[in-house]
Amino acid sequence: MAKQRVKFTFAQEMIKEPVIWRLGRDFNLVTNIRRADVTEDRGWVVLELEGEMEEIERGVQWVVEQGVRVDPVAGDIVEG
Amino acid sequence: MSFAKNLRCRECGRVYPLDPIHVCEFCFGPLEVFYDYEALRRTLTRERIERGPLSMWRYADLLPVTAEAAVDIGTGYTPLIRASQLGRLLGLERLYLKNDCQNPTWSFKDRVVSLAVTKAREFEFDTLACASTGNLANSVAAHAARAGMDAIVFIPADLEQGKIVGSSVYGPTLVAVDGSYDEVNRLCSELSDKHPWAFVNINMRPYYSEGSKTLAYEVCEQLGWRSPDHCIVPLASGSLYTKIYKGLKELAWLGLVEWRGTRMSGAQAAGCSPIVEAWERQSFDIKPQKPNTIAKSLAIGNPADGYHALKVMSQSGGQGVAVSDDEVVEGIKLLAETEGIFAETAGGVVIAGLRRLVERGLVDPQELAVAFITGAGLKTQEAVAPRLKPALAVQPNIASFENAFSEQASALPAARK
Repeated sequence: MAKQRVKFTFAQEMIKEPVIWRLGRDFNLVTNIRRADVTEDRGWVVLELEGEMEEIERGVQWVVEQGVRVDPVAGDIVEG
Repeated sequence: MSFAKNLRCRECGRVYPLDPIHVCEFCFGPLEVFYDYEALRRTLTRERIERGPLSMWRYADLLPVTAEAAVDIGTGYTPLIRASQLGRLLGLERLYLKNDCQNPTWSFKDRVVSLAVTKAREFEFDTLACASTGNLANSVAAHAARAGMDAIVFIPADLEQGKIVGSSVYGPTLVAVDGSYDEVNRLCSELSDKHPWAFVNINMRPYYSEGSKTLAYEVCEQLGWRSPDHCIVPLASGSLYTKIYKGLKELAWLGLVEWRGTRMSGAQAAGCSPIVEAWERQSFDIKPQKPNTIAKSLAIGNPADGYHALKVMSQSGGQGVAVSDDEVVEGIKLLAETEGIFAETAGGVVIAGLRRLVERGLVDPQELAVAFITGAGLKTQEAVAPRLKPALAVQPNIASFENAFSEQASALPAARK
């Protein structure tokens, strides 16, 4: 089993979507939320995903396709 | 000696040993080095610092490594110059420039990398890594060579040849990633979990970022052990900005300078300004952006320390300012034409940002202001080249020269008129 720590940032139109629940159901991932801040117009969630590496990659790709921004928990790593 | 005591989570305050880790196991918040300030207060004096080498390593007591172990190629103690001409033009009586173009690989990144590499060697890593489009890559490759370590540098596949040379000359393994900026980010984050490398701005980040504090120490010492009234700093991840403030506070806590409540202002290019955008919205909530600016050294769309930078801005009474790419070029030219310093685009952002702040009445003309110039212009010549005056074309005779020379007199740079 592999683990990945990620930050999801949701735009307003995505806030009502049960994205994290579907990650668990459709990709068989254990989702473990560590920090979050959700307001009426946007939200972010820092969480750990645990499961088969291939499923984590497929799941993250699916989340990106839904319009959710996915980042490493440490922020952007590519520096000038 | 080092007075570093432990790592602490900046979000929840949990304490960790000084290991090669960067996030809190509980909340995944960023870790920061904490020192034994009581012991430092008993030991550290201005005289002790002044006896040290003329480099960033004179402040080794305030860093999480020892000076004896330093991987050093001559970083730091860069000039702080009084910018009388630029100050006069902007209407500032006491403007100074901290010129960090004069580091070994021509940017402030040598400060953070020198520290990260020293710590990586202490942790017995044999490979350094980073993902960068410029300054960081240059510095990691150079320091790895100096330390006798392997280096792996990830770059975007479409990076200009000129920027590749500044890293490849030192002999690292260059990995050109064919993907978007976000994909490169994600790949490197995953690789850092998988491989036993010292990724300078990932698992070494708590130590790496401490190197930026030395800019604050140097400025205070060079001002005769006095804090500036106002600092103007370029904002990318927000780390440099927050660490300069940490450095100023540390010197005051230790009684080495008087606390003056330095105001911290930060500048970004409008094409990638998530911190300033949040500041203008009066929010601490950063909205990640897709970078689109010539100021590539500041183009971080999802800044790791953005929230903490906003806190510093708010607490210190500073300002956030964003400038257009045209203003960035104007800023580079203005600095070069008035003070003889050719800065890269980040320097143009700072000077253009300072000009905007002055125009808005947000910088007191009498206050002692320091603008941080963090990288040299030869690295980003393409940003200004199309906007520069061409050479006079003359025939090899006096009349031709005199004719052309008198014609160009009317086109003197605005700053010199």
